[in-house]
Amino acid sequence: MSSRHRGRRSALPAPVLALAIVAIAFFALPLVGLLWRAPWSSAWSYLTDDGALTALRLSVVCSLWATGLSIVFGVPLAWLLARVEFRGRGAVRALCTLSMVLPPVVGGVALFFALGRRGLVGQYLDRWFDVRLPFTTAGVVVAQTFVAMPFLVITVEASLRQMDTRFEDASRTLGASRWYTFRRVTVPAIGPALGAGAVLAWARALGEFGATITFAGNFPGKTQTMPLAVYLSLQTNPEEAILLSILMIVISFTVLLGLRDRWLGRVDRPMGAFGV
Amino acid sequence: MTLSAQIGLQLGTLDLEVELDVQAGELLALLGPNGAGKSTVLRCLAGLAPIDTGSIVIDGLVVDDPATDTLVEAEDRPIGFVFQNYLLFDHMSVLENVAFGLRARKTQKSDARRTARDWLDRVGLTEYADQRPRALSGGQAQRVALARALATSPRLLLLDEPLAALDAGTRASVRRDLRRHLETFDGMRLLVTHDPVDAYALADRVAILDAGRVVQVGTLAEVTAHPRSRYVADLVGVNLVAGNVVDGVLANASGAHVVIADALPGPSFAMIRPHSVALFRHTVDGSSARNTWSGTITDIDRLGDRVRVGIEGQLPLTAEITVAALDALGLRPGDGITASVKATDIEVYPS
Repeated sequence: MSSRHRGRRSALPAPVLALAIVAIAFFALPLVGLLWRAPWSSAWSYLTDDGALTALRLSVVCSLWATGLSIVFGVPLAWLLARVEFRGRGAVRALCTLSMVLPPVVGGVALFFALGRRGLVGQYLDRWFDVRLPFTTAGVVVAQTFVAMPFLVITVEASLRQMDTRFEDASRTLGASRWYTFRRVTVPAIGPALGAGAVLAWARALGEFGATITFAGNFPGKTQTMPLAVYLSLQTNPEEAILLSILMIVISFTVLLGLRDRWLGRVDRPMGAFGV
Repeated sequence: MTLSAQIGLQLGTLDLEVELDVQAGELLALLGPNGAGKSTVLRCLAGLAPIDTGSIVIDGLVVDDPATDTLVEAEDRPIGFVFQNYLLFDHMSVLENVAFGLRARKTQKSDARRTARDWLDRVGLTEYADQRPRALSGGQAQRVALARALATSPRLLLLDEPLAALDAGTRASVRRDLRRHLETFDGMRLLVTHDPVDAYALADRVAILDAGRVVQVGTLAEVTAHPRSRYVADLVGVNLVAGNVVDGVLANASGAHVVIADALPGPSFAMIRPHSVALFRHTVDGSSARNTWSGTITDIDRLGDRVRVGIEGQLPLTAEITVAALDALGLRPGDGITASVKATDIEVYPS
């Protein structure tokens, strides 16, 4: 037994193993660095500090709102991109996933000129509905949704393309409308991918910095999320910055660890039914 | 209660031009080789593929007629569909699968579940109500698919290769079950299959579909007694020559002549049974047989104590001889051969 185990392990080429270990170290070392420099004795007072708690609460609330909006608008968008053939579909897809590769600051600037008080659409939001997005909590949600939704869209779109559309045919022949079929057959079939996409979008929203600070500013209690609080305290109080960073890492790591096997591991099997 | 369908549809390389009628209480099997367009016909009837020309009338209701721009959506047609591989929804229990159609039609949840339970009773799967479909065997999944399709009380039941997903060991018993359950449904039934055994066991009539055309309709006995397509001829295992009869000689498209006994002139089929074909090493002189063709042996298949010899030439033929005859003649693939058939052994019928 043990010799067979050894044999299997050595099947991995040494250079590959070495490079993989370097990669793991690359991700682990910054974490260790933070833990090493953390002022553990005063940790409790920093973390229960009003400012930190406010930023944390704002981050959680805004990122969940952004995830929710990403699902509500992103799933129909993914469906459109996956199932409907139309001219310029490639261009629409590129447009809707552009913010994944765009520097977030650029996204924030663009949002400002579109939805700001003098912006293309923003001026009418202001004039007609008395709605102002920049420098508000709602603005944080908009900025986060802007950068987070593409992660959900591409995950769900891939799953919709893989799905066996005959299940939807079966639903239609049983008397189900297109809408009922979408809710009761399509969405459950893509459930794992939807979960994975939602986690990715949420993680991206939680970590959002550039677009938020550009579009929504940095007002404690209103638009100052955790990443902004970390950046600000780095200049005034590095010890607090370290502890806030560790807190964010713990939250994100716990969520990824908890959901990974349940959601991310099953993306490749949209609806595994009998005999297919 | 009848189904009357004229279906014209171009779909990729498939050119479909099909006319079908199913009477009340009848089970019609649509039999044909893979790629003939069988499943596409079902999709057209179900409303999953709109037709280009023709019309589909189910029980007096026009569901598709491009000429008048009529198209009834799949969910509004009085049909039930049992798909190949059954397509049960794996995120629901077996009971919810059967209740799905009723729920989709806005039946009260408790009523839908009661009806679904009745249907599971009928197909003998009550104890599986709360299981997931993946826990079912192939035969059980088929019964659930049937119950799900029938729970909405359709007037036309469509079945697409309901036995193809099963392994050979269970197919016979599942076929018997299916026959029993289908007999209790008094609506119209249309079954698609590539297996003549299914058609024989389940259908009242068969329609042979070949390359997008219905080439023959009738009982299976009628159809196989006088094949009108290469597909049916192969199925039955006879030689079929299509051609034109002039003065007691049938000439086919490639110019081969078949001398026949007393037949009316005009386009006809000549059926030559393999055991009527005699083989000779050399050309024959002074035989009573009116037909001799020369050719080359392409393949030799032993079937027990008989041998089927495939011959290529001006008239491609299959001959059936005994092993003793094969040994005596010492035949091998590639050998030149003369085949002979008496005119009175050839059955001729107008096409």
